[in-house]
Amino acid sequence: MADSHTFVLPNSGHNFDAKASKMGMWLFLFTELLLFGGLFLVYIIYRYLNQDAFLLASFELNVWMGTINTIVLLTSSMTIAMAITALQKGNAKLAITLSWLTILAALSFLVIKYFEWSSKFEHGLFPGMDHFDGLPLGERLYFYLYFFMTGLHALHVIVGGVFIAVVIRLIKKEKVTKERYSLLENSGLYWHLVDLIWIYLFPLFYLIH
Amino acid sequence: MSETVVQQPSFFQVKKGLFSWIFTLDHKRIGILYLYSIGFFFLVAAGLGILMRLELLNPGRDFIEAQTYNQVFTLHGVIMIFLFIIPSVPAVFGNFFLPIMLGTDDVAFPRLNLFSWWLYILGALFALSTLVFGDGPADTGWTFYAPYSVKTGTNVTTSVLAAFILGFSSILTGLNFIVTIHRLRTPGMGFNQMPLFAWALYATSWIQLLATPVIGITLLMIVAERVFGIGLFDPSIGGDPILYQHLFWIYSHPAVYIMALPAMGIVSEIIPTFAQRTIFGYKAIAYSSMAIAFVGYFVWGHHMFTSGMSGPAAIVFSIMTFFVAIPTAVKVFNWVATLYKGSIDIQVPLLFALAFIFNFLIGGLTGLVLGALAADVHVHDTYFVVGHFHYVMFGGAGFAFFGALHYWFPKMWGRMYNKKVANTAFALLFIGFNTTYFPMLILGLKGMPRRYYDYLPEFHDLNMLSTFGSWILVTGIIVMVINLFAGGIKGKKASANPWNGITLEWQTASPPPLHNFDKMPELPAGGPYNYPNAKNASH
Repeated sequence: MADSHTFVLPNSGHNFDAKASKMGMWLFLFTELLLFGGLFLVYIIYRYLNQDAFLLASFELNVWMGTINTIVLLTSSMTIAMAITALQKGNAKLAITLSWLTILAALSFLVIKYFEWSSKFEHGLFPGMDHFDGLPLGERLYFYLYFFMTGLHALHVIVGGVFIAVVIRLIKKEKVTKERYSLLENSGLYWHLVDLIWIYLFPLFYLIH
Repeated sequence: MSETVVQQPSFFQVKKGLFSWIFTLDHKRIGILYLYSIGFFFLVAAGLGILMRLELLNPGRDFIEAQTYNQVFTLHGVIMIFLFIIPSVPAVFGNFFLPIMLGTDDVAFPRLNLFSWWLYILGALFALSTLVFGDGPADTGWTFYAPYSVKTGTNVTTSVLAAFILGFSSILTGLNFIVTIHRLRTPGMGFNQMPLFAWALYATSWIQLLATPVIGITLLMIVAERVFGIGLFDPSIGGDPILYQHLFWIYSHPAVYIMALPAMGIVSEIIPTFAQRTIFGYKAIAYSSMAIAFVGYFVWGHHMFTSGMSGPAAIVFSIMTFFVAIPTAVKVFNWVATLYKGSIDIQVPLLFALAFIFNFLIGGLTGLVLGALAADVHVHDTYFVVGHFHYVMFGGAGFAFFGALHYWFPKMWGRMYNKKVANTAFALLFIGFNTTYFPMLILGLKGMPRRYYDYLPEFHDLNMLSTFGSWILVTGIIVMVINLFAGGIKGKKASANPWNGITLEWQTASPPPLHNFDKMPELPAGGPYNYPNAKNASH
C-alpha cells in the first residue's frame, strides 16, 4: 500500500479477516430479526385480540401456493449451502451453477407470490377497495399484516437474489475464491434468514386454525 | 520496533482535494466529515431553538403562527435527535479515536464506514427537503404519534423516511464498532485493558444495533399507512395508536442511552487525564455501561404512564426506571472519587466534564421525578419534561461533546485553541444553559404545558428569564465555534501529548499519520489509566 519504510500494524483494519466479516454479517442478521420482530409483535397482539376474524380471513389464502413456495425456498436454502461447500472444495463452476439455481428459486417464489397477490386484488382484498373496506375490523387487520409482512419479505427475497448475483460475478472475477469465500458464505447466511422468516410467516398466515 | 522511524505526513497532508475527502476510507477523515456535517446541523437546529425562545418571550403571538411553531419544534427535534445527538459522539469521536485508542489503523469495515456517512447525508437531504416540497415540514413533534402523523397534510412521509435512513446509518456504525472492538485490539489489550471510552462505545453500539430496527419497522408502518392505507395504527381504519407509542418508545428510550453512554465515556477519559490519577473503579464504570444498556431496554413504558396502561405494568416500568439510576450513580461516584487526592489541572476539557456531572445530576434526578408514577401524572407533557431532557441531552451529552472537542482538538488538528477565550466560552455556555433551562423546570411544576406557542400571563417572568438565558447560551456557542476555527487555522502548534494523557492516542503524532502509528504502540503497564507518578493506586 505504501513505500517499504512505512510501518504497518499487524492488527490492521485493512487486512482480510474472514472472522470479522462473518461476525459483521451475523450482527446484521440480528437487526433483520428485530426488524421483523416488531411486526411479529404487532401480529401477536392483533391476533390475540381478533382470533375468530383472523381465522376467517386466513381461509382466503391458498394453502397450496403457500406450501409450494415453502418447498421452493427450503430447496433454495439447500442449493446455496451446497454452493458454499462446492467453493470451499475448490469447484467454482459448480458453486456458480448452484448459486444460479438459488436465484431461479427466488424468481419462482416471486412469480408464485405475484399470482397470489393478484388474485387478492381481483377479489377486491386490498386497502381502499370497496369489498375490503366493507370487511369487519379483525379481517382488515389480518390483511394489513398479510400485505405488509409478505411484501417486506418479498423485498428481502429480491435483495437476497441481487446479493447472490453480485457474488456470482465476483466468483467469475476470482475475487471470491476457495481461500476467500466469506462473501458467498455471507450471501448464504442472508438467504437462510430470508428462508427462516418465511418459515414463520407461512404457518402464521396460512396454517394456524 | 528497532527500525528507524520515518516522520510520516499527517492524514491531512496525504491527499488533497474534495474527492479525497468524500470518498475517503480513512476513519479519521470520516470522523471529520461527520464533525462538519453534524456541527452544521447542530447550528441549524440551535437557530430554530432560538426562534422558539424568541416567540415565547411574551405571551400571545409575537411573530410565529401556531402552525409554524409546531413545524419549528418538530424540525428542531428531528434535527437535534437524529442528525446531531444520536450520531454526535460515536460518529465523530468514535470514528476518529476508537481505532487509535485500540492501537489499530482503521475500523473493521472501512467501506461500510464511508457508506454510513453517505447514508447520513442522504437522510439529512430527506429531512431538509421537507422545507421545500409539499406542505412544509412535519408538525407532529419528533415522536410522530399516530393517528395525527397519519392524518396531517404536512410532509410526515419524508421526515419519517429521513429518520429511517439515519437509523440505518446508525446501525452500520454500531455494527462496525462492535466488530472493530472484538477483532482489532492491539496484541495484549484484553477487554479489561480497553479505555473506558471504548467500553462506552461498545455498550452504545449494541443499543444502536438492537433497538434501531424496531423504530425502522415502526416508521415503515407509518409510511405504509399514509401511502397504502395499511391501517395498523389509525383507529378509524382499524389500528391501535397505543401500540404505536409502545413500538416507538421501545427504540426511543434506549436511544436516550445511545446519546448518554458515549458522553459518559468521554467524561471517563477526561477526568483521569486531568487528575493524573488512575480511574477509581475501572470495572465498575465499564460494566455499569453494559448494565445501563441492558436495563435501558425495559423502561420504555415510563413515557406512557398517562396514555393508558395497566397498574402492574406501570409499577414494573417505574421500578425498572429507578434501577437505571443505580449504574448511573455508580459512575458519578467513581468520577468524583477519581478526582479525590488527584493532581488536578483545571483546563477547559475538565470544566466541561465537571459541568457534565452537574447538569447530568439535575437531568437524572428530574428523570426520577418523571419516572415516579404519582409525580409523572402531575408533570407529564409540561415544561418540566422539556427542562429534564434538555438537562440530559444538552447539559449532559452536548457538554460532553464540547468537552471532547476541546480535549482532542490538539490531537486532531495538531494546534491549540486560545485557552482564555475557551474558558470564557465555557462560562457563557454554562451560565446561559442553566439560565435557559432551569426556569423550564419551575414552569413545568407550575403547570405550563409544552408544545404551545402561547402561555398564560403568570408564566411571563420565567419565560423572559429563559429567553435571556438563550441569548447568553448562543453567545457562548458563537464564541466557542469562532475560537475553535481560529485555533485550527492559526493556533500554536500542539505537541503529541499536551495534557500528559496515557491512552494510546497520545503516543502518536498530532495530527496522526495516515496509518495512525509509526511504530508499535506500547500499552501502559498495569491498566489503561495507571499513571506512573501516581502515589496511590487506589484498589
